[in-house]
Amino acid sequence: MNQTVFYILIMAAVTYLIRVLPLTLVRKEIKNIYIRSFLYYVPYVTLAVMIFPGILDSTASPWSAFVGFVVAILSAYLGGNVITVALVTCVAVFVVELFL
Amino acid sequence: MKTNVAAWKKGIKTGIPIALGYFAVSFSFGILCKQAALNPFEAVLMSATNLTSAGQFAGLSMITAMATIIEIAIAQLIINSRYLLMSFSLSQKISADTPIYHRLLMSYGITDELFGVSIAQPGKLNPYFMYGVMTVAVPGWSLGTLFGVISGNIFPARITSALSIALYGMLLAVIIPPAKHHKIVAGVIVISMLLSSIFAMIPALQTISSAVKIILISVVVAGCAAFFFPIKEEEA
Repeated sequence: MNQTVFYILIMAAVTYLIRVLPLTLVRKEIKNIYIRSFLYYVPYVTLAVMIFPGILDSTASPWSAFVGFVVAILSAYLGGNVITVALVTCVAVFVVELFL
Repeated sequence: MKTNVAAWKKGIKTGIPIALGYFAVSFSFGILCKQAALNPFEAVLMSATNLTSAGQFAGLSMITAMATIIEIAIAQLIINSRYLLMSFSLSQKISADTPIYHRLLMSYGITDELFGVSIAQPGKLNPYFMYGVMTVAVPGWSLGTLFGVISGNIFPARITSALSIALYGMLLAVIIPPAKHHKIVAGVIVISMLLSSIFAMIPALQTISSAVKIILISVVVAGCAAFFFPIKEEEA
């Protein structure tokens, strides 16, 4: 096995361990209301932190990305599903970048 | 049985835009792999076994820089530590009697986007929903890498740029609807984005890796929200 492949497999093993440990070790429903609440809020915080301000660097210009950000929030708020929101956001960015 | 097939199909449908977004991102990853002198087999192997954007981009640059195996392992541990929280959250989203083989299989698919759409499912999560998403998202991620590494950049820059925001749009579609009806969730999202921006703007805080930042803000904000606004049984 060459060294690169070995490195890749080690990366995969570490990443899988992180993913698998809580899901296999925590087998019971947690009753504690604070831990339950914590786990309820975690996805929103984690995803929000990852979205902003990272989204501003995702396209060719922070301005087109910002328009995409606002359009995504609006279409999600107005009830668009995941697919619609993703598409509308891409189109918004594409259109804005035609003018930049 | 029937519900499992239905969940799987629903997952595939949800997974298609994820797969397209993954294709765009992993395409650029494939181009980087080529520049780093990885062959197509190594590039696709990395995408198929790791299934994580930030970890792979970092790992690739460390392989190029001839880092030691310990350094690479620790870097992956830190960069991907957010999956630990996601996995913990998912453990409460599936029914308690979910067999171990489902848990082992689902774990492989814990990425930001898959976690996002899975946690957004109403009620308990059926593992087959996640498998449905994985059925299209994993090939999307792996094939994007393959095309990137063998073809170089064939898409016009405008298209790549527009597609790159798709994944962010999807994540927003996951967190915004619940915020509409739940003021605390809305507040939590705004505060998290503000803190995240502060971390990105203040020079002294910029040295903190984004992985550490994600974990730190997640634990502090979700911890405070849980302490001050615990969720009553019927809401959680």
